[in-house]
Amino acid sequence: MTGVMSRRMIGAKLGLALFGTVVMSSGPVLAADEARELVIRNHRFEPAEIKLPANTAAQITVRNLDKTAEEFESKSLKVEKVIPGGGQAVIRIRPLAKGRYEFFGEYNEKTARGVLVVE
Amino acid sequence: MLAALIIVFREVVEAGLIIGIVLAASQGVPGRIRMVVGGVVGGGLAACLVAAFAGQIGDLFEGSGQEIFQAAVLGAAVLMLGWHNVWMAKHGREMANDMRAVGRAVAAGESEITTLGIVVGLAVMREGSEVVLFLYGISAQGADSARSMLTGGVLGMGAGVLIGLLLYRGLLAIPVHKMFTATAWLITLMAAGMASQAVGFLQQSGLVTLWQEPLWDTSDFLAQASLFGRVLHTLVGYTDQPDGLQLLAWIVTVAAIWTLGRIVNPPRKRPAKQGGVGTLPNTPGAVRRVQA
Repeated sequence: MTGVMSRRMIGAKLGLALFGTVVMSSGPVLAADEARELVIRNHRFEPAEIKLPANTAAQITVRNLDKTAEEFESKSLKVEKVIPGGGQAVIRIRPLAKGRYEFFGEYNEKTARGVLVVE
Repeated sequence: MLAALIIVFREVVEAGLIIGIVLAASQGVPGRIRMVVGGVVGGGLAACLVAAFAGQIGDLFEGSGQEIFQAAVLGAAVLMLGWHNVWMAKHGREMANDMRAVGRAVAAGESEITTLGIVVGLAVMREGSEVVLFLYGISAQGADSARSMLTGGVLGMGAGVLIGLLLYRGLLAIPVHKMFTATAWLITLMAAGMASQAVGFLQQSGLVTLWQEPLWDTSDFLAQASLFGRVLHTLVGYTDQPDGLQLLAWIVTVAAIWTLGRIVNPPRKRPAKQGGVGTLPNTPGAVRRVQA
């Protein structure tokens, strides 16, 4: 009897583990084919221009080297994301048509400007 | 200073509009002021917490914590606004008919007013956390510029509150039963806008990647980043480049709230004399029935 129970338990655990793996692997990471990196320093993006191929999902890791938070924002990329001072964040870019997509730091809009060029 | 004013204003005005509508929609319900103040204070405290733990929240879910958090908060607000409208469809009749006789309806409505308090709290938390991060950032930079920036921040906050107040006063100027019709629609559209925004965040997180193509682009006609664009974004969910799933979320939310309202308060067949505006969840139909 206990043997059956424990076998069931094992089954359940296996199932859970499997479920977990599926959830994890179908999660965010899967989507990105291209990866880029950006740095925020003195309220400016470095580099201020990034290139990406068209129709490709990508992720941009933005590291904020300033002490203060910044909000990465772009209406055309449909992204708004706070990056804490000294922190970093991953911006996921959906597959895009060719064109120029501007982004900026909402808290320092004058200096923190950049553009994503999709070609 | 102007930059700070604008940034703070942008965030505060969204919460201000939501509060303005909630205040108008809960007209005549006792305890609503207490609830709204509670929502603002609670939301403000929560905003500080969210700002303080922005990094930790962001690291959750493989770096998508922020988006999922935003989507969850918006989703909760959608459910509560929907619930409010259905409740109003049931009790709106007494409220529209005689404001003072509302006591009875509201005896059962204590939880209802709590719902609105939470909606206010969630709005203040969402918008407030960004204000806190921004103001903390400039005050950390020190010096004179910080003081003028903070002044700008305070002015921006005042301007945002003022817009909310204007909307509230404007809604109050509408005759009572029509006002409840108006607020019911406003709340429905606002909830639909939040639902589509929540979907936007889920798309941004990479968790959902369905129908991501923008359906159209009206940013040349009315940019979402402009003041009017932002106001419309909050009030009716205006998005200048909506994707398919966002549009679907918007439509489903409107349809669901409207249908539920009709179910709890089905319209009567023949309106006596008042003309046929009455397709709303909570209203002219309801008033008519009492008069008949």
